[in-house]
Amino acid sequence: MASILAVDDSASMRQMVTFTLKGAGYDVTEAQDGMEALQIAKSNSYNLVITDINMPNMDGITLTKELRSLPSYKFTPILTLTTESSADKKIAGKQAGATGWIVKPFNPEQLLATVKKVLG
Amino acid sequence: MEQFHQTFFEESFEGLDIMENELLNLDVGNVDNESINTIFRSAHSIKGGSGTFGFTAIAEFTHVAETLLDEMRDGIRQVTQESVDLLLKSVDIMRDMLTVYKDGGDMDVEKIASVQNELEKMLGNETETTSTDNTITDDSAAQSDGWKIFFKPHTEMLRTGNDPVRMIKALAELGEIEVVANITHLPGFADLNPEDSFLAWDITLKGDIEKKDITEVFEWVEDECDLEITPLANTASNELNAQTKTVSDEQSKTAPATAAPVTQKKQPATTTPAKPSTTKKSSSGEAASIRVGIDKVDEIINLVGELVITQAMLGQVGGEINSDETHNTFQMEKLIEGLAQLERNTREIQESVMRIRMLPISFVFSRVPRLVHDLSGKLNKKVNLVTLGEGTELDKTVMEKIGDPMVHLVRNALDHGIETPEQRLASGKGETGTLTLNAFHKGGNIVIELSDDGAGINKERVLNKARTNGLVGENEMLTDDAINDLIFHPGLSTAESLSDVSGRGVGMDVVRKNIKSLGGSVRVDSDEGKGTVFTIQLPLTLAILDGQLVKVGDETFVVPLVSIIESIQVKSDNLNGIAGKADLYQLRDEYIPVIRAHHVFGMEDNNASLNDRLMVVVEGDGKKAGIIVDDLLAQQQVVIKSLETNYQRVDGLSGATILGDGTVALILDIAGMIEMYKKIGAPEPTAPVPPNGKDSNIADEAA
Repeated sequence: MASILAVDDSASMRQMVTFTLKGAGYDVTEAQDGMEALQIAKSNSYNLVITDINMPNMDGITLTKELRSLPSYKFTPILTLTTESSADKKIAGKQAGATGWIVKPFNPEQLLATVKKVLG
Repeated sequence: MEQFHQTFFEESFEGLDIMENELLNLDVGNVDNESINTIFRSAHSIKGGSGTFGFTAIAEFTHVAETLLDEMRDGIRQVTQESVDLLLKSVDIMRDMLTVYKDGGDMDVEKIASVQNELEKMLGNETETTSTDNTITDDSAAQSDGWKIFFKPHTEMLRTGNDPVRMIKALAELGEIEVVANITHLPGFADLNPEDSFLAWDITLKGDIEKKDITEVFEWVEDECDLEITPLANTASNELNAQTKTVSDEQSKTAPATAAPVTQKKQPATTTPAKPSTTKKSSSGEAASIRVGIDKVDEIINLVGELVITQAMLGQVGGEINSDETHNTFQMEKLIEGLAQLERNTREIQESVMRIRMLPISFVFSRVPRLVHDLSGKLNKKVNLVTLGEGTELDKTVMEKIGDPMVHLVRNALDHGIETPEQRLASGKGETGTLTLNAFHKGGNIVIELSDDGAGINKERVLNKARTNGLVGENEMLTDDAINDLIFHPGLSTAESLSDVSGRGVGMDVVRKNIKSLGGSVRVDSDEGKGTVFTIQLPLTLAILDGQLVKVGDETFVVPLVSIIESIQVKSDNLNGIAGKADLYQLRDEYIPVIRAHHVFGMEDNNASLNDRLMVVVEGDGKKAGIIVDDLLAQQQVVIKSLETNYQRVDGLSGATILGDGTVALILDIAGMIEMYKKIGAPEPTAPVPPNGKDSNIADEAA
């Protein structure tokens, strides 16, 4: 089954994302900020990265740029979690190399639908 | 979703604390970028979470506050004291709303609306509503028998992880599909870079499909491809029409929510740019801790308590075997060695477990800056807050209960202690007063000092007031300490005017009562004109106690070691009976009341005479007394078991414990016993004669 790296500084969001995706059979690893995610990503490989944007230490935009600069993450789908209001964040995410975004707030069904869309 | 609510509440309350803290520390003239970022991030997380978990009221409110913060972050809005105060108010509202969602209750809708209104007014966008929404309905009407789609990814599209195949698959789910690949731009093999995209597709999609379902498939790659979507049956004129709709569709998606900030962002930033971040947050702090329910910790503590008792029992048995020489000495030595090790390990486990419950006092101190900020504003006083020893740890339960008394003392210091700037200048002080909180460990206790450099306690006024209220006799002379101590008396307030800050003379007595109920004490020292120091002393933990075991009749009691001053043998020469009512013992140059433990707990005393008896001199709540006991046993650490939860509250006892031999020993509440003794008094001559016929009238002995 596909493996997913879920990055968010909010524990409740991480729990929700992990619970939903694990329930659907995905293999989920959590990271609580970009810095941690980058370290984990370097020593493992994932089929999909889902990351929040606003995080301490390293934000999701920087994480996306960093991941894209790694050969093994050149084509890996990366989704950013963004609020509807921050259109500029979606664009910033895209410019950094993100595949797409999931608009917050989302419910487990929406999350799963999006993930399925990306992972096929 | 509910299983995540608890985590959401916890992290949101933490986030609010962070926001509050950072807001209070903001230097309005010289704003640190990282601080604003931190505040913004907390608000953003709360908004995201509350939206996700269905707490829409918080999400809506927080959105407005977040917009304000976003403008500050982007440097297009200056950080003013006014905006900081408004954000602090917003933090309060968010905290209230969270509490309602968490614990139930009613939202203060008016208050929320009024703060939200203030926020919107500050943003200047209260009238901005969006009118672009109707284009969406317009668009949804545009359907046909099917669509013709031209899709040409830009060369780089694959590098954002977007796969054209995925999109074509998604389209196939919408209806009947026909895909023709266009390979016109495919280069020769030598120039073919497998990481680039060269293909284009002509797609025919048949069925009753809304256009927005198609644009949604390409939502993420709008800027990374050439895309034309035209209704199947229609002609070129309609095609143009469809294109323009696509454009308006784009606008409608992004315009509503960002209308205000976007327009303002275009104005040149005239504000002083926030200074670049200088602080670096430690990144490992959070990762190094885990969140555990307190009930789990308490369960471990309880079990460890049981373990300590079992260990003590084994130790006792081992001690007895030791003296018995008929056994195999080699095995015996091993056993005794093992028991000693068990004792050591048990003690270490106990200490480690206790440490889990220990938290730094900063959890309490962190409430103070906000309080000082709000109060000094309200009272028009200038106050500088200094906190020391914030890392000093104490038990979580003690911490939770010390918060309110501390808040009261701070209020008191600001209201009655520190003077107005005018008064201060008049008395030759700087116009800014200083309030210092200091915490440190001393012995087995934590000491919290709260000192101010204010007016101090006006002893004359306190004494007069006490005389008027009949608390002190007209000609009674009191020491300075005793006068200061009067402020803890219920119903004594010397404030010239009552304010809504520290209330109406109720409070200081409650402060003392609360601290006493934690097994602690509070005292006040004051230098008139120079300031006041409140010293709170608290046990580090409520779970274990260093105790002196004493024998009274057939019972074993535990006297808390902290309250024991000394143990002496009673000399009848030093005993004085006052009118046959109470015994006083002359201990060097002071007289202390003699309490017969037998009498207080309604037990028989076979020995009526006090001469040569053992007396434990104790101090509780600043008062000394001697307690008559039959024997002094060992000193040991005992695990406190609550009488209240297992039985009921008993006057004069603070709890119970189980000793090594399995028997229950009651723990004496010294201050409580002194209180009881005052009420019951010493045995009266008319008291029922004990069955053994001996009269325990002590007046005889004193004679």
